[in-house]
Amino acid sequence: MTNNLINIFGRIAHWILNLPPQATELAKEVDHLHYIVAGTTMVAAFGVLGFMVAFLVRFRRSKVGNVTRRVEVPLPLEIAFVTIPLVIFLSWFQIGFKQYVRLTTPPKDAMDVYVMGKKWMWKFAYPEGPNGLNVLRVPANRPVRLLITSRDVLHAFFVPAFRVKMDAVPGRYSQTWFTATVPGTYPVYCAEYCGTAHSMMLAEVIVMEPEAYDKWIVEASRGRLKEANAGVEPNRLEDLQSDMVTQGRRIAAEQGCFKCHTVTGETHIGPTWLNMYHSTHKMQTGEEILVDEAYMTESMMDPNARQVAGYKLVMPSYFGRLHATETAAIIEYIKSLRTSMEGSKPEGPAYEPVGTK
Amino acid sequence: MSQSVPSNEVEGKKPLNYLTDGTTAMSWLNTRDHKRVGVMFLAAVTFFFLIGGVFALLIRIELLTPGPTIMSPNAYNKLFTLHGIVMIFLFMIPAIPSGLGNFLLPLMIGAKDVAFPRLNLASFYVYLIGAVMAIGGMVAGGLDTGWTFYAPYSTTTTTTVIPVLLGAFVIGFSSIMTGLNFIVTIHTMRSPGMTWGRVPLFVWSMYATSVIQILATPVLGVTLLLIALERAFQMGIFDAAQGGDPVLLQHLFWFYSHPAVYIMVLPSMGVASEVICGLSKKNAFGYKAIAYSSLGIAFVGFFVWGHHMFTSTQSTFAGGIFGVLSMLVGIFTAIKVFSWIGTIYGGSIQFSTPYFYIVGFLYFVIFGGMTGIALATMSLDLHWHDTYFVVAHFHFVMVSATVMAFLAGVHYWFPKIFGKAIHEGWGMLAAGLIILGFNATFIPQFLLGNAGMPRRYYSYPAEFQMLNVASTAGASLLAFGLIIVAAYLGYALVHGEAVDNPWGSRGFEWMTASPPIKANFEVTPVYTTEPHHYVDEPDQEKRHVG
Amino acid sequence: MSAEPATSARAQHDHEDDGADAHLQHHFQDLNVQADAARLGMWLFLSTEILLFGGLFIAYSLYRQVYPEGFHAASELLSPELGLLDTAILITSSMTMVMAIFMTQKRKKNAAVILLLITIGLGLSFVCVHSYEYWRDITEGALPGKFFHVEELAGKHGAAMFFTLYFCMTGLHTIHVLIGAGILTVLTYFTWKGDYTPRYMSPLENGGLYWHLIDLIWIFLYPLLYLIA
Repeated sequence: MTNNLINIFGRIAHWILNLPPQATELAKEVDHLHYIVAGTTMVAAFGVLGFMVAFLVRFRRSKVGNVTRRVEVPLPLEIAFVTIPLVIFLSWFQIGFKQYVRLTTPPKDAMDVYVMGKKWMWKFAYPEGPNGLNVLRVPANRPVRLLITSRDVLHAFFVPAFRVKMDAVPGRYSQTWFTATVPGTYPVYCAEYCGTAHSMMLAEVIVMEPEAYDKWIVEASRGRLKEANAGVEPNRLEDLQSDMVTQGRRIAAEQGCFKCHTVTGETHIGPTWLNMYHSTHKMQTGEEILVDEAYMTESMMDPNARQVAGYKLVMPSYFGRLHATETAAIIEYIKSLRTSMEGSKPEGPAYEPVGTK
Repeated sequence: MSQSVPSNEVEGKKPLNYLTDGTTAMSWLNTRDHKRVGVMFLAAVTFFFLIGGVFALLIRIELLTPGPTIMSPNAYNKLFTLHGIVMIFLFMIPAIPSGLGNFLLPLMIGAKDVAFPRLNLASFYVYLIGAVMAIGGMVAGGLDTGWTFYAPYSTTTTTTVIPVLLGAFVIGFSSIMTGLNFIVTIHTMRSPGMTWGRVPLFVWSMYATSVIQILATPVLGVTLLLIALERAFQMGIFDAAQGGDPVLLQHLFWFYSHPAVYIMVLPSMGVASEVICGLSKKNAFGYKAIAYSSLGIAFVGFFVWGHHMFTSTQSTFAGGIFGVLSMLVGIFTAIKVFSWIGTIYGGSIQFSTPYFYIVGFLYFVIFGGMTGIALATMSLDLHWHDTYFVVAHFHFVMVSATVMAFLAGVHYWFPKIFGKAIHEGWGMLAAGLIILGFNATFIPQFLLGNAGMPRRYYSYPAEFQMLNVASTAGASLLAFGLIIVAAYLGYALVHGEAVDNPWGSRGFEWMTASPPIKANFEVTPVYTTEPHHYVDEPDQEKRHVG
Repeated sequence: MSAEPATSARAQHDHEDDGADAHLQHHFQDLNVQADAARLGMWLFLSTEILLFGGLFIAYSLYRQVYPEGFHAASELLSPELGLLDTAILITSSMTMVMAIFMTQKRKKNAAVILLLITIGLGLSFVCVHSYEYWRDITEGALPGKFFHVEELAGKHGAAMFFTLYFCMTGLHTIHVLIGAGILTVLTYFTWKGDYTPRYMSPLENGGLYWHLIDLIWIFLYPLLYLIA
């Protein structure tokens, strides 16, 4: 009964506030906070305004008089002025901050998709190889992490239905994630102004049933996507033929990574790449760190930020030297060097499906 | 209280005031009188408000239909950039401090002038030079970076960015000069008896504003220079391909531009304090709370810039700190709002045009401020960031409130500045239209932002059209209201009935003739009470005209 | 409104000996207030100057963290000896500036003028030394940003950024030295004319403050740019 009421109330609020559909669980939670904040602020604002109007009417000048009683604010009232809003604001912040942390911290088992913004299109690349332009296909009910970068100016990847947004910054990777629950097609906007066709930099997320997605990704990695999308991709980017692992191996060789890093498990000037992904490294500071995409990106861009114990700091920074997609490719290559997964899997999904862990 | 009420009515012959004492063009252009500098600033900012307003209307007309309406995307991008730059740098930042503030601040503290009159005049010319550079850059081709100048777009676009950047840089100096002048004036030029506890609240807000102008503007200056150098010589400071970091620009930019928001809002809060006291015939309810909260906003304002960057890859921890501190701005604002409403309590309210505007001001501050609190709730900001919700938020709290306070100030002090009365009927009508217009323009934009329409969009999905049309309709209403204001103010300037202090206000600026004489006071005033002391001096009534 | 001090204001004050009251502007109560105002104004102005450089210092510290090696290597291209010479010149000039003010207080006009001229000369010689350094850097290919082409730093990432910041920071500083020298020239002229007396010398004092600020900024720049090693 109460649940029904809350549902009805929620729907009304959703309609009044003109919010987009809620395609993730987190979107629903964010919206609940939104209803509370919007409701409370409106009530409070009208309450304060009501006082003002009441005072204006009550104390309107009836006779021409300039003499009033001197009133000073009593201390308890002043304290109330500060504490009441403070408590309310901070409690909202507390809820909002927790949600923000969840919205920006991807779960470990999320599958990855690389997103690159470019004037004025979105390119999506899957670790398994296939690429998409302006169409991002994801499975429903599985967490998807997006690793976002830009090729030219700032962009921002924004899916209103998921309530997520993240800037695409040239030279670095940002990330966001979602678990879409409702299959369907949702618009993607570029929220950071990027020039002439900023408002035309549109894409869509297609949330598919997991089974359909699994079928699609296998077919797509075999290259059928190219045919399927032949007519709709006017501006295919170069060098999309090989999958990212192969690209990563080539780029690592070109950049001279193998002068210091082995892929065989032997220790050389730098730590070996074999089984490095998701292993734990001990830092010089004594801190233990899980080697993930973020740490690997950081190590390439800013090697001395966190230095692994037992190695000399000789690694140069690749900030600005590696293209965003190249960094991604090297990371995918390192991720493929895992004995537990028997090397790379050129076909089929590289992530482990939900539930097996 | 010893008032230097001038002997205006002595003989048939009127004594000279600052307007009539020297009427040649040079006597204006080469003036050192803070009052004349203030009036010149008022004229200039009104002119630029008009230009910025025309840009705004063109933007709204373009957005009437989802596709192209009257211009190309590039023209649209230039237009919203120019709208932002003109409105922020040429209207809102100088409007109240350099215009009304210049005129009123020395009058309120019993000084003959600001501390550095020549610097004051220079600040006007520097402002004009900057304006000419910026407008010149616009005429020479315009720029399409948005007023935020985010790199790498601003360093790579092919439009004429550098002249406008340098224009904004130069205008920044004007702002610094005014701020510096005000702080020194407030510290050193107060009349006998003008203790810190008696300084009018408008002056307190000017003080807080000046601190921001002095401390934040240089950082904007160097940021704009770096963008210009990067464009000219490809220095790579913000260029990722050369190892630079585009996000650094955002940090530097918002370190200025967030406090700059309070350069626009704090003065309007000062105006509100004066008008509410003056027209309610009441002392300020919580004088100290209002004064200190201005300083509090100025201080906290320096540590919240990161809330513009919740999606710009800054760390969650940093984001959290910026978010919490942003809430504090809301607290200080709440203190002010409660104090103003407390001031109304027990007053003798003369509900005239300036009061109507102040009611509008309170409305916009309350609702705009509440949306600000909502935006500082980080998970909600993730959805709202860079959408029309943010556009509507800052147009509510920053633009509407500042315009309301500016118009309230202009109406309230028009008799002070020009010695003429304004037609109340037209004034009330226009105020109603303008408040309605602002609401009709920006409430649809809140809803558009909720639906996810990003800002700076030239075209948009068809389902957003209805709200966009509503917003444009509101903007026309607003424009109509402002035209009425321009018309009756122009009329009042020439044909207005001569008045001295139509409100019977006991703000300190009214303790001299209207318009004031060139030296402000015939005798240096000595203050014995707080401002707006309405306890028992019925003789005030004698000065009530109109 | 005339620029000249109002005669009535002047008449209200008792003349002492040196005509200092002629410098009292009409809107100030007395010379002390006027001097206070000038001093406060100057300090506020100096704070804006520090913040102007502050943006560059922030950029420097950020990039130095990102590219410690590049900065280290690039810094070695600069000559610490020449930098030391720069520092010595500026510190000496600050000292002569202080002495010039002291001499004015002692009413020794000619000594003050000579000391001011020495200060200006030192300032200009700083600019000369620095120009020589720029010439050295440029001939080695150490230009900012895209134009950077120093062979020995080819592999060092961040070296170009170091020189970008080096040129921005020292360039802005050198411009300040030139402006300071210009201001001191004007002040020297008025000192020579005998305008400044112990009762009225705030322009000279403020000029001195500005000069010390220039010196101070250099004292921060020198270790940050020349002595990273």
